[in-house]
Amino acid sequence: MSEIALTPTPNPPGVEQAVALGLTRDEYALVTEKMGREPNEVELAMFSLLWSEHCSYKHSKKLLRTLPTVGPRVVMGPGENAGAVDIGDGWTIAFKVESHNHPSAVEPFQGAATGVGGILRDIFAIGARPIAVLDSLRFGEPDSERTRYLLDRAVAGIGHYGNSVGVANIGGEVYFEAPYETNCLVNAMALGLARRDDMIRSAAAGLGNVVILFGASTGRDGIGGASVLASAELGDEDESKRPTVQVGDPFAENKLIRCSLELLEKGLLVSLQDLGAAGLTSSASEMASAGAVGIDLDVGKVPLREADMAPFEIMVSESQERMLCVATPERVAEVLAVCAKWEVHGTAIGEVTDTRTMRILRDGEIVGEVPVEALVDDCPLYDLAPEKPSAPLYPAPRATIAADLPVRDTLLALLASPNVASRRPLFEQYDCLVGGRTARRPEESDAAVLAMPTGGAIGVSIDGSGRRVAIDPYHGTIEVVLECAANLACVGAEPLGLTNCLNFGNPEKPHIAWQLTESIRGLGDACRALGVPVVGGNVSLYNEGADGPIYPTPVIGMVGDIPDPLGGSPSGFVREGDAVGFAGWNTMPSLHGSELAKLRGEALPDALPETDVAHVTTVLAAIREAVRAGDLSSCHDVAEGGWLVAMAEACILGGLGADLGSESSVALTDEILFGEQPGGFIVSGSAETLARLGEKIPLDVFGTVGGDALVLGGDSWSLDELREAHGALAPLFP
Amino acid sequence: MRARVLVRPKAGILDPQGIAVERALPALGFGGVSNVHVGRLIELDVEDTSQLDDMCRRLLANPLIEDYEILEAPSHAPA
Amino acid sequence: MKFGVVQFPGSCDDEDALHACARVGDAELLWHGERDLRGVDVVVVPGGFSYGDYLRVGAIARFSPLMEAVIEFAEGGGPTLGICNGFQVLCEAGLLPGALLPNAGVRFLCRQVDCEVVNTDTPFTRGLKREEILSMPVKHTTGRYYAPAEELAVMEQHGQVVLRYAGANPNGSSNDIAGVSNRDGNVFGLMPHLEHAVDPIHHSEDGLKLLVSAAGMVTGV
Repeated sequence: MSEIALTPTPNPPGVEQAVALGLTRDEYALVTEKMGREPNEVELAMFSLLWSEHCSYKHSKKLLRTLPTVGPRVVMGPGENAGAVDIGDGWTIAFKVESHNHPSAVEPFQGAATGVGGILRDIFAIGARPIAVLDSLRFGEPDSERTRYLLDRAVAGIGHYGNSVGVANIGGEVYFEAPYETNCLVNAMALGLARRDDMIRSAAAGLGNVVILFGASTGRDGIGGASVLASAELGDEDESKRPTVQVGDPFAENKLIRCSLELLEKGLLVSLQDLGAAGLTSSASEMASAGAVGIDLDVGKVPLREADMAPFEIMVSESQERMLCVATPERVAEVLAVCAKWEVHGTAIGEVTDTRTMRILRDGEIVGEVPVEALVDDCPLYDLAPEKPSAPLYPAPRATIAADLPVRDTLLALLASPNVASRRPLFEQYDCLVGGRTARRPEESDAAVLAMPTGGAIGVSIDGSGRRVAIDPYHGTIEVVLECAANLACVGAEPLGLTNCLNFGNPEKPHIAWQLTESIRGLGDACRALGVPVVGGNVSLYNEGADGPIYPTPVIGMVGDIPDPLGGSPSGFVREGDAVGFAGWNTMPSLHGSELAKLRGEALPDALPETDVAHVTTVLAAIREAVRAGDLSSCHDVAEGGWLVAMAEACILGGLGADLGSESSVALTDEILFGEQPGGFIVSGSAETLARLGEKIPLDVFGTVGGDALVLGGDSWSLDELREAHGALAPLFP
Repeated sequence: MRARVLVRPKAGILDPQGIAVERALPALGFGGVSNVHVGRLIELDVEDTSQLDDMCRRLLANPLIEDYEILEAPSHAPA
Repeated sequence: MKFGVVQFPGSCDDEDALHACARVGDAELLWHGERDLRGVDVVVVPGGFSYGDYLRVGAIARFSPLMEAVIEFAEGGGPTLGICNGFQVLCEAGLLPGALLPNAGVRFLCRQVDCEVVNTDTPFTRGLKREEILSMPVKHTTGRYYAPAEELAVMEQHGQVVLRYAGANPNGSSNDIAGVSNRDGNVFGLMPHLEHAVDPIHHSEDGLKLLVSAAGMVTGV
């Protein structure tokens, strides 16, 4: 056991400082009890970070433990830097999604950029080579200048970082809803490829082994909250001491990735960990905790970008593009040589001990000493006190169309609406090709497809929902999981694993606690029904401001495997003369919570219709099989705007019209045309192949691909006018 | 001594960054702005200022597409 | 025959270029820090963000030790290919005329484009036909080819324009130029990423034709 001084700390910062740093009085008392004395400046800074919501998940961990995490293809589950699934032949795909919401609201370019940088580090920290990123963005309505600014800068930041570091951005989503106006969401997902045997864990091990910091130098990036401790010094002092926003350098990350992969390839490391939120503090202490060891760190050895950094600043700095590793003393010289080759700093800064204590030293003197268990494992976990809200939490969206608009104009209004229009002006700012694996690019099919060294491929999608989850957190979350799986089905991908980012308001408020509890319950039930394990994820809480909380927004990233990289069906029609059909639904859809209801300015209803999950699961499997068999020329999942919008999209993306008949046996109400529910698909193919599908699931064949217009009943839309409406986001990127 | 080099896009060549800035300013309420160009500032301590011209021509600027201007700044004096 | 693909800190498309070349002949990576071209027959300077595009695209990379060897090789008539950032490096090194400027649209743009073959006298295009259309992707922020008007006229006259954008010009380049060669025709730079047009999953395999052409010249086929 450690020899922690039991003598009282001279001049401890005290409970008021602890509260200013975000700890509760009870938490401070607990820290003092576990330390046997009050913490000093360095120790308090470390606890305030490791016991923060972001690092400890103290309000969500108990709920997250209810999620299913076991599956036959799971190689790494929650708890490591990223999750990973087996794709055959000894290969694994690592993946994870993470949020960078608050920094992006402050500085959207760097916030979004460093969000990408951070999630990439989680991937190569487990020994996987980053191969792709996807992003999920949510902002206020685009008529606000602030939203246009955030959107423009966030997209530019994601593009700048991903393109420069050399990782393909293969997909994503963006939504515009008023509740995100002051609290935007930037969630970044990354995937990596690794040989199963080459993966590495983060647990520090081996008494006397050397802890090495490599990558960029350390400055004052991100020392926002923690430097409240130093606020007395910051007053009117030297500007250069002011804490700075985290600034990312993708060139540094490119070198860091190459360096890390070479270190792993050469078998030089015992363990590896990235530095993210809470910098050295969390990285080193989590390594020590995972390995049940202690670590001594000498902050005097850390290469600094700024002079005169205090020990606590060095411990909490969030300077980007840094990694921590453990190597045996015999291999240290080789490790440093690889770092030198790739022109990154490499410095031995510490040692693995058996003290189970984090000891921070400077010039041989101990400036901080904390039991690892207390710091990493003993943060109290809280139970939420959920309470279903009795009154609506969110105002009705502002109406942008009249309720009685004819079908002809309604379709064009939906296609042009910000949540439906083409995202091409965004994704053309991203390199979707680097790495040479991209078999399906954005807007080519409902999910991205990457060719794998197994000879097969993987399908990847990221999908979230806010408004519908706000209406009904339990059913809304189930819908999101099904939507993601549906996108994978369109490319013939069978889901292997799921990552989630849960973006919510303040969980200490009972109605937000209710949203979170119900959403996680829905997430768990949907995963169990589909047989898809959760392999990792992230929670972002306290996303609310003076105007109220964001919509509760679970974002799901899913990876599935595909036997043939060329096998996925495109979203758009492919061949004149193909039969067009609608597959999947066995119940009428509803306009509750639909995009059309939003455009009409309708108040949010009380609940969503219950989804027949078993039926949708059957539909997804049948669609997947049909795609794999090559039966479907095109396959497009029905989402926002309902099936007529999906039909129009299939025409636009394929550059081909469709004649759906000038007479209809059924009255084409708005519910039928624009209603939304999971498990519906627009499919095209030969009459015979569609008939095969129709034997397994509900399928209506009622049209033919061809011509240069979409024709339905008495309405006709030319491809040109559909394209024009669909291009509505272009003015946001002049 | 502390030198500063301003690197500007050559006149007559399309400067889309300058145009983008010129368009963005009125949107923020600033009128009467025209002829905006975006370049680069390089600051360096040099012992031999006679070398600056050569440095500019060989590395700091691309003379095909950029003009450069060497300014001399007073060296930083300690407080 | 052997291709050598240069690797700078910050190169992103070096490995894809290597794999593309490996479909046609032997291929290896050449590290920027060494002056040794290892007897390769064709040098390829790939795309990416060498040195983070610091100061000016390609400005720092062009001074690396390996580039000294590449310049010597190219000036001696060796077939030399620059793709995107590689094109920028070759212009900075003076091996190709002109320079690359920020896209007219300012932003990064990733898009499949059609290019027309204008000159079939280079090692990389001798196996193609004039007016043949090649479909390849561009992905760049700084791809607008520029040369002063008089120089452009001379280049056009001497057949130094090798590829032109056939559909829409994605970056506003002068004379819709997508690729140029030096006067002798052995050095060729292009903005489109031929290495992303070599596989059935890539939309097009037109990029291979440029490499096959060069390999053919070396082996005498």
